Amino acid sequence: MRVFFCLLLLGAAGCASAPSQTSTSPTPARDSAQTDFGRGLTSTPNADPFPSTYVPFPSRTTVIRNVNLLTAAGPLIRSGAILMQNGKIVAVGASVTAPADALVIDGAGKYVTPGIIDDHSHLGVYAAPGGNALSDGNEATSPTTPQVWAEHSVWPQDPQFPRNLAGGVTTLQVLPGSANLIGGRSVVLKVVPGRTVQAMKFPGAKYGLKMACGENPKRVYGQRGGPSTRMGNVAGYRAAWIRAQDYRRKWDKWNADHKGDPPTRDLGLETLAEVLRGNMLVHNHCYRADEMAQMIDIAHEFGYKIRSFHHGVEAYKIADLLAKEGISGSLWADWGSFKMEAVDAVKANLALVDHAGARAIVHSDDPSGSQRLNQEAAKAMEAGAEIGMLVSEEQAIKWLTINPAWALGLDDRIGSLEAGKNADVVLWTGDPFSVYSKPEKVWVDGALLYDRLDPSEQWRTDFELGFIPLNRN
Amino acid sequence: MIPYRIFSQLVVATVVAATIGTTTAAQTIAITGGKVYPVSGPPIENGTVIISNGKITAVGVNVPIPAGAQRIDAGGKIVTPGFVNSSTQLGVQEVSAVNDTRDMSARGRDNIAAAFTVWEGLNPNSVMLAPARKEGITSFVIIPTGGLVAGQAALADVVPGTTTDMIIRAPVAMVAEVGDPLSVGLSSRGEIIVKLRELLEDTKFFRTHRDAFDRAQSRPFAASRLDLQAMIPVIEGRLPLLITVDRASDIDAAMRIARDYNVKLIIGGGAEAWMIADKLAAARIPVLTGAMNNIPAGFAALGQRQENAGLLRKAGVQVALIGNAGGGDEEAFNVRNLKQEAGNAVSYGMTWDDALRAVTLAPAEFFGAADRIGSLQPGREGNVVVWSGDPFEFTTRVEHVFVRGREYKEKTRQDLLIERYRNLPGTHNAPLPE
Repeated sequence: MRVFFCLLLLGAAGCASAPSQTSTSPTPARDSAQTDFGRGLTSTPNADPFPSTYVPFPSRTTVIRNVNLLTAAGPLIRSGAILMQNGKIVAVGASVTAPADALVIDGAGKYVTPGIIDDHSHLGVYAAPGGNALSDGNEATSPTTPQVWAEHSVWPQDPQFPRNLAGGVTTLQVLPGSANLIGGRSVVLKVVPGRTVQAMKFPGAKYGLKMACGENPKRVYGQRGGPSTRMGNVAGYRAAWIRAQDYRRKWDKWNADHKGDPPTRDLGLETLAEVLRGNMLVHNHCYRADEMAQMIDIAHEFGYKIRSFHHGVEAYKIADLLAKEGISGSLWADWGSFKMEAVDAVKANLALVDHAGARAIVHSDDPSGSQRLNQEAAKAMEAGAEIGMLVSEEQAIKWLTINPAWALGLDDRIGSLEAGKNADVVLWTGDPFSVYSKPEKVWVDGALLYDRLDPSEQWRTDFELGFIPLNRN
Repeated sequence: MIPYRIFSQLVVATVVAATIGTTTAAQTIAITGGKVYPVSGPPIENGTVIISNGKITAVGVNVPIPAGAQRIDAGGKIVTPGFVNSSTQLGVQEVSAVNDTRDMSARGRDNIAAAFTVWEGLNPNSVMLAPARKEGITSFVIIPTGGLVAGQAALADVVPGTTTDMIIRAPVAMVAEVGDPLSVGLSSRGEIIVKLRELLEDTKFFRTHRDAFDRAQSRPFAASRLDLQAMIPVIEGRLPLLITVDRASDIDAAMRIARDYNVKLIIGGGAEAWMIADKLAAARIPVLTGAMNNIPAGFAALGQRQENAGLLRKAGVQVALIGNAGGGDEEAFNVRNLKQEAGNAVSYGMTWDDALRAVTLAPAEFFGAADRIGSLQPGREGNVVVWSGDPFEFTTRVEHVFVRGREYKEKTRQDLLIERYRNLPGTHNAPLPE
């Protein structure tokens, strides 16, 4: 059966690498949560002190048939089908065999895509309804705070979470803000109800490190001891990495020989050392082309990699460099001009970066825009088309799914509709790049967690009870 | 390529020529074969729009085409009035984080700046204008911001020239902001209402006791002489009071004020307006709102929802759409996203026709300029857009945009940047291709 689907998915890159098993039993989240730390040992005795407790929600075997599928792993499948079972995608193709117990949904005229992934969110750390009490995104007390972890600021009852899910977003990277040169650890969350942050954490996801260039750090610290200039910013990054190299060396030595007392732990340096070991992914807020090029040199100097430049309004000026370095661009479709470092924003940025061969990602940095990343992508596609740089829907869907999955190091688990991947799936009322289309149903790990047609399947956070009127007429 | 400055001066020269009656063949334009949405009437299949000397002169089927008219074939395309974004800081805010490009707020006295005429700071050379026009925005309302009474709003066309050339009507509204006491130096929302009432009372008194005031024989007022003077048209019902306000109870309070002082009220923002839609409809109070925000972004906006605009229309409220997504400078660089608001409004319950009206004729009516813009009728300004398809869809392009009868095709700053960098390493030392 699998061979059959692969033949149908001619040219689909995913077939060759898809896992061989056609069904999997629900995996206890803790098992897969054993963080697969990559190259180098971790410096700490407890590398995962706040482990994910996420358990997939109950799901039933589901087939969506007669539906158009944008898989992010090959050409559009018109009037095809997808089978989800035990939380995984089991089959995708022109048709699938529905198991006897399957719920079969007719998707005539509708579209199916992978769950949307927003790799730049502040949900939970800047929770609604806002105000000082819920402003937990910037530890703006020192320009270098690698010791803070965004997850310790996330409020799981932020009413923005269910709205994001209703926008088809199934995975979020929640980042600290950009006040600091080094702002702290990000956390990757599934957009699911949870009493605790741990219950939302994506099992096994690597941590990200938030760094920020340019105007924000120098503005925030200019009158508070610095940095007050861009050159001060760069000195700040380098000083931090020099300390981190030293720290890493001491710990790596002790980990190897266990001679004498272990070095004293330092939370911030521990995080930076993990980046140097390749165990964490760097997400760098940076607008200007010249600054991005300097950040790349700093990464070379200290031997780490930048996984994604965020905002990158001038990414199109160095798209060739991003492609060469294997750095993705997490970009807006049309934000710009709101500050000096954003005045060269062009709507074709995503298309230009994509055409240069770098990974383009539509990100939001905004709780409202995050709900309509499909629309943002559509604007960027059109901007490309207007300058003769056509972007197909098959390519643009990658901006929302497999490319951000890569930026989070999760492209082996999410981001495309391929057998073996997590069943994070969105059923859209129509072409997702139309202004008139909306997510109708959203599944996370095969569990239906949002249904526009059924208010009982619409998650309301604790905060919303009583405070927010039920939107029923 | 003609440098922008020279280009715009050329255009100014021709526009000025047109207004003093010089007619040339190129100044008559015939847009033929498109599906024409006059907005003031039903759509016209295979319709013709004639623009002459800057004004629309004919709209319909079988309209004779004047000899020598420049013909625009709009077969298979959609023709609408130019879009009107009725809540912008276009031209008064260039780079919002750069202070010397921000001219949309006044210090005023005690958070009252009624005399502030925001359009005096309008910059006709703003690089924000062309991107807006390129995507179909031909007119815009400049809204002053900040304080309890922020100042007076103006309506302008996106045309080159001087500020005077751009303005259609000014003032078009007095703007007040209600609902955030701390931002106006007060302690509670009730106190804001008291302060507004005090201002209106003092305006009434000032209006009839000017001589006493001038002789310094009147009691102290809540506002300066110029502010009181500026408020007089508001209490005379000649100038609408646009109150930006979100919470339903605050909207209700604003409505009580309007009733008590015979003020012509417009609600701006109005996140929770849907909760009292029937009352707004009964009082014939129009609302400016968007369709791209459902975030309970504060305790005053817990009921914010994307269906707001559609529900208001359903209840009979007149609605103009404005940007309300809450990010990305929708009041300046992204005023162009009005069409996206309209598409989302449709997606969340507004009819398509109502959404088109909400970005054209409705705002023109609210701001007293329906005789100039907002519809395709003889005598209106030649503000016309030819779209490749449904104006609200992302795949649709603006194929032609006319403002006061002139077509604009000039390159935006963004176009120039793309030309420079589309082939890397860039062509900043090489001649640019035309």
